Amino acid sequence: MQALFSQLLVGLINGSFYALLSLGLAIIFGLLNVINFAHGALYTCGAFAAWLLLEYAGVGYWPALVLAPLLVGLLGVAIERTMLRRLYRVDPLYGLLLTFGVALILQGAFSLRFGSSGQPYQIPAALQGSVDLGFMVLPYYRAWVVVCSVAVCAAVWWQIERTRLGALLRAATENPTLVRAFGVNVPRMITLTYGLGVGLAALAGVLAAPIYSVRPLMGADQIIVVFAVVVIGGMGSIFGSIVSGFALGLVEGMTRVVYPEGSDTVVFVLMALVLIFKPAGLFGKAA
Amino acid sequence: MERWLRGWQPFALLLAALVVAPFLVYPVFLMKALCFALFACAFNLLLGQVGLLSFGHAMFFGVAAYAAADLAKEWGLGTLPSVLLATLLSAVLGLVVGAIAIRRQGIYFAMITLGLAQMAYFLCLRAEPLTGGENGVQAVPRGTLFFGQVDLNGNLAMYFFVLAVFLAGFGVIARATHSPFGAVLRAIREHEPRATSLGYEVNRFKLVAFVLSAALTGLAGATKAFVFQLASLTDAHWQTSGEVVLMTLLGGMGRTYGPIFGAFLIIALESYLADFGGWVTVLRGVIFVVCVLAFRQGIAGTAVAWLRSKSLER
Repeated sequence: MQALFSQLLVGLINGSFYALLSLGLAIIFGLLNVINFAHGALYTCGAFAAWLLLEYAGVGYWPALVLAPLLVGLLGVAIERTMLRRLYRVDPLYGLLLTFGVALILQGAFSLRFGSSGQPYQIPAALQGSVDLGFMVLPYYRAWVVVCSVAVCAAVWWQIERTRLGALLRAATENPTLVRAFGVNVPRMITLTYGLGVGLAALAGVLAAPIYSVRPLMGADQIIVVFAVVVIGGMGSIFGSIVSGFALGLVEGMTRVVYPEGSDTVVFVLMALVLIFKPAGLFGKAA
Repeated sequence: MERWLRGWQPFALLLAALVVAPFLVYPVFLMKALCFALFACAFNLLLGQVGLLSFGHAMFFGVAAYAAADLAKEWGLGTLPSVLLATLLSAVLGLVVGAIAIRRQGIYFAMITLGLAQMAYFLCLRAEPLTGGENGVQAVPRGTLFFGQVDLNGNLAMYFFVLAVFLAGFGVIARATHSPFGAVLRAIREHEPRATSLGYEVNRFKLVAFVLSAALTGLAGATKAFVFQLASLTDAHWQTSGEVVLMTLLGGMGRTYGPIFGAFLIIALESYLADFGGWVTVLRGVIFVVCVLAFRQGIAGTAVAWLRSKSLER
């Protein structure tokens, strides 16, 4: 029983990261029609930004939680302005290839500077220790990760589905030309959206830094699972990407109890099953 | 010029260069480049003709390499039967993966193939009795050809075996491309609903192209296992999938000879920079970015465009 609950917690933690990452991917895809392959590398960037801020500027976890996503978001803005922008008129596959190249550059640069071994990052003092709930031991930091991720996802969902800014964003997703005709600066909106999606990835990276050590390849394998999550959830809905992120994290945790050998493949098996029975994805509109 | 490019002359030039090459250049390098050239050509059949970007082709390369290595080492099969059986297995795997992946198009197709390939990677990692886990299958015997007449342990003999395999695979691809079948594939790439409305069963064509591409990728992987006498997890890793995308992009998507240039260039680059480790990854990324932003036609596409403008001037 203990084992089941602690694996479910691990699953929920992973799910928190999946949800933040797939949410960012879905937002970017909605407006830019680009699958951001660099998402995993930018998640790594977030973790490294937090580590570098601590190591060289003495900036602790809490300021880094805001600063790192901002810095990486700015990097995202630069990537969009200088490179992605040139590709909106050609086949969307080129966007995928470009961001894959960016991912390789970032990942290679980190490997050159830091090697492949991990850099440790301390859990902030306020969140050290854990509480015994009777049926399981809950470390405070892990609880914080889940709470923070749920809160951020909910806030982004609310922003997009329930506010005027979000309505403009959704309108621009449907018909950018028309929204431009109403005097909205759509190119700037696209840039900021990419920055926001990238910032979410970086936030996930900072949250992950104390749990996993900070490694150059930490995002590379993660992102492939997140792609599968996105295929399962369907790209159409913001809500779908959040829910399927958490759900698949839990499924993965459950598999680790029932059939440990299958834990790293279960998401891909589910992806294949979804494609066979509901090709548009669980929450997706028919393509 | 135009007609010259489509005729037998470019092929004759290529063939002549490849026959002379092992006497001038280190054969193992050439063999590696040829295996990857076949891999890239097979990949290009899918991307260039049907417009489907598979980001998981390393699974066919890797699985076929393991299969060939096991068949030769554990089952004692000859080199040629091992290669052929591994190719067959790769085709079957391609049938399963293709049937799932072609249910979505464009970007989704890339993500799905990547996901399925990652699954295959983890299965390879777990199936230790067959794959040796992290160690891979080592010391694969190169064996002999023609009932012991030709000993493949010599690098020159091995080279000409690899060259023959490459030419056979390349021939199949070129034949498929310049056939009515290839024309239908291009029609699907250009306008899928129109191809459907003309009565073509689009998904069946896509699936056949996928299986063909997977089989030839397997052929390349199986051959590679004999060249290096090794099948390892690297062969099945997503970075290998990315590498072959890069080769095709650099060489020229949809160009018959493009991926060959791309493969030779990238393999040469990697062997020269092998001592610099992380720089290779950075450089690969830079080439990706530059190709996508400024060089989308690739080497072959640019060369053809240049030759065409030359012949127009005259």
